[in-house]
Amino acid sequence: MFARGLKRKSAEDGEDVEGGLAGAQAMPSYSLQRQSLLDMSLVKLQLCHMLVEPNLCRSVLIANTVRQIQEEMAQDGTWRVVAPQAAGRAPLDRLVSTDILCRSVREQEGERPGPDAGDGHTPDLVPGLATVPSAQALRSPQSSLWEVDSSRENRGGFQKSLDQIFETLENKTSGSVEELFADVDSPYYDLDAVLTGMVGSTQSGHGSGLQAFSSATAPPPSSSCRSDLGELDHAVEILVET
Amino acid sequence: MLLSLPALHLQTSEYHPLFQLPHGRLGPWCSPTGSPAPLSCETGCGEGSWILVCRLLVPTQVSLLSMEEDIDTRKINNSFLRDHSYATEADIISTVEFNHTGELLATGDKGGRVVIFQREQESKNQVHRRGEYNVYSTFQSHEPEFDYLKSLEIEEKINKIRWLPQQNAAYFLLSTNDKTVKLWKVSERDKRPEGYNLKDEEGRLRDPATITTLRVPVLRPMDLMVEATPRRVFANAHTYHINSISVNSDYETYMSADDLRINLWNFEITNQSFNIVDIKPANMEELTEVITAAEFHPHHCNSFVYSSSKGTIRLCDMRASALCDRHSKFFEEPEDPSNRSFFSEIISSISDVKFSHSGRYIMTRDYLTVKVWDLNMENRPIETYQVHDYLRSKLCSLYENDCIFDKFECVWNGSDSVIMTGSYNNFFRMFDRNTKRDVTLEASRENSKPRAILKPRKVCVGGKRRKDEISVDSLDFSKKILHTAWHPSENIIAVAATNNLYIFQDKVN
Repeated sequence: MFARGLKRKSAEDGEDVEGGLAGAQAMPSYSLQRQSLLDMSLVKLQLCHMLVEPNLCRSVLIANTVRQIQEEMAQDGTWRVVAPQAAGRAPLDRLVSTDILCRSVREQEGERPGPDAGDGHTPDLVPGLATVPSAQALRSPQSSLWEVDSSRENRGGFQKSLDQIFETLENKTSGSVEELFADVDSPYYDLDAVLTGMVGSTQSGHGSGLQAFSSATAPPPSSSCRSDLGELDHAVEILVET
Repeated sequence: MLLSLPALHLQTSEYHPLFQLPHGRLGPWCSPTGSPAPLSCETGCGEGSWILVCRLLVPTQVSLLSMEEDIDTRKINNSFLRDHSYATEADIISTVEFNHTGELLATGDKGGRVVIFQREQESKNQVHRRGEYNVYSTFQSHEPEFDYLKSLEIEEKINKIRWLPQQNAAYFLLSTNDKTVKLWKVSERDKRPEGYNLKDEEGRLRDPATITTLRVPVLRPMDLMVEATPRRVFANAHTYHINSISVNSDYETYMSADDLRINLWNFEITNQSFNIVDIKPANMEELTEVITAAEFHPHHCNSFVYSSSKGTIRLCDMRASALCDRHSKFFEEPEDPSNRSFFSEIISSISDVKFSHSGRYIMTRDYLTVKVWDLNMENRPIETYQVHDYLRSKLCSLYENDCIFDKFECVWNGSDSVIMTGSYNNFFRMFDRNTKRDVTLEASRENSKPRAILKPRKVCVGGKRRKDEISVDSLDFSKKILHTAWHPSENIIAVAATNNLYIFQDKVN
């Protein structure tokens, strides 16, 4: 009924060094739990009660937890990204789930987004990074490059979204929900880019196919979530066509 | 027997000089030779000595009108023991506080109301009614507001009430919501002037031509009326949510603390406050720690402590500098590496900090424990009490349903020998610092009849569950005891369970 609390396991490091696949399979529950904790935390941070000012203490504690997980994942080197070959099918789900998250929070406060297309649990902002077979990522020759780039970017993306959230909490003017998303539009895109294996606009890309992706998802200058969604739809169309 | 018994065997009518508890009764805890038997939680009745005095419901708006009519006939408090099955959100009690004599007990609720209960006066005829509290005054302290700049509501929920020491016939208390502190004066009126010359009894002006004689107006007794008036409103000083207020021992100043700042006020000045602590970083992106509670030292008007979300306590001296950003003492316990998890920081966040009455110790409450610190030792607490350690393996679920962010309060008894705090399933816990004994009691309608002795409860952690035990998975996490209060000198406690206020006292023979 209740999941066990997470604990660090020092023996894990040795196994990870040997081979990512073996390591991931040997300790799937820990990584998976950590992943779901990360997802849960991000959802908690963004699904605030928008009528009343969110509890700053709670937000700070959740944000610190997210940072902690993020740091550990970066340390473990498990901050992997979906390989471009595998990006075809899965990213559609991720784009959809982000869209749902975005839309449902905008519509009203507190309602949990609908279930993800692929998974049964709460929608993933960083969905299935662990569930997608890391073997694929390993086999891909670009995987190591992706790891480094995406981890740096993802960290920046996460950091930025956390910071944006704090700034917005502080500098709320009007229409707090729109405001919250207005400030986080570019990090959202970075997040999205990483999830779908696409490189952000700041990087030149690592393959011709990716060039098309990156240009399609370059963060627009507009500052409203609605226009972001428009771009998102555009990106989805492109992916569907390819 | 909950609290410690000395080895002396005194008369049954004797009260322990310090605890004011009956002892000397021959019972399972006291053998005929006079030495106390070891405490055993498995023994039957006669175990705990706490009895339910009364259960009070915060009166709703509708019943408020009828209550005022009944004020002069409030001989029996049974009218407040209604069996309401509904509980509106606005009735949820959010703070409980005895005044300095214990005669009055104030509660604040989510609807912005303050209800003050007064202790039943002792009378020879009804000696068994000692310790009962009746409604004394009810008023709307705070109203919901709307911040137009941020497009956000400001909740009217009363976060804290603090009494001022009584200096004249009236009572004064501070009540605060997220943004505004108010000073309320509660006074009685039991006489009214009668016999005016120019006005008749209803207040209508009399025709001067009809006045033939002059008389001096006299004060005649009237039905007791208790009125509450706001005397000061301290507003617009907090950007973040106020979590604590504390009256200074100089009785001239008080402080209000929000997530990032602490302000010092003078009671007479409402348009200015002095900022004494500011932990807001220049760049909000670097924010990792917030203030969770603050309190003045009970005797030294220059000292105060504040706790943080990282499990640290800082003692500050206002004589050192105007802005007390640099602490005088820093209390932090080193982390236990074997217990480390992703939730370590969250459960170390201190939800309440209280000075002992002596001023020598501070008590802090984090999610799973209560700790007592000696002000003279900063590197670790002198005592740690596990409140509900069985939740340690459930932290992930408690994080998911947000229970891990619940802010439990803790209180000292009058002699600083026993500490009390709340838990889930309407359980609350008491720890005797001297005997190291503890007990878990429950504040619920089903399990307590008036005057019945409270039975100690036990949570079964694993394996076989005994008859009276409750398993961890059966705990109701929506029934949480966040707010409790202990009478300043007697063993009377007030426990707030959602919209119910339970008052328990030690059993009197």
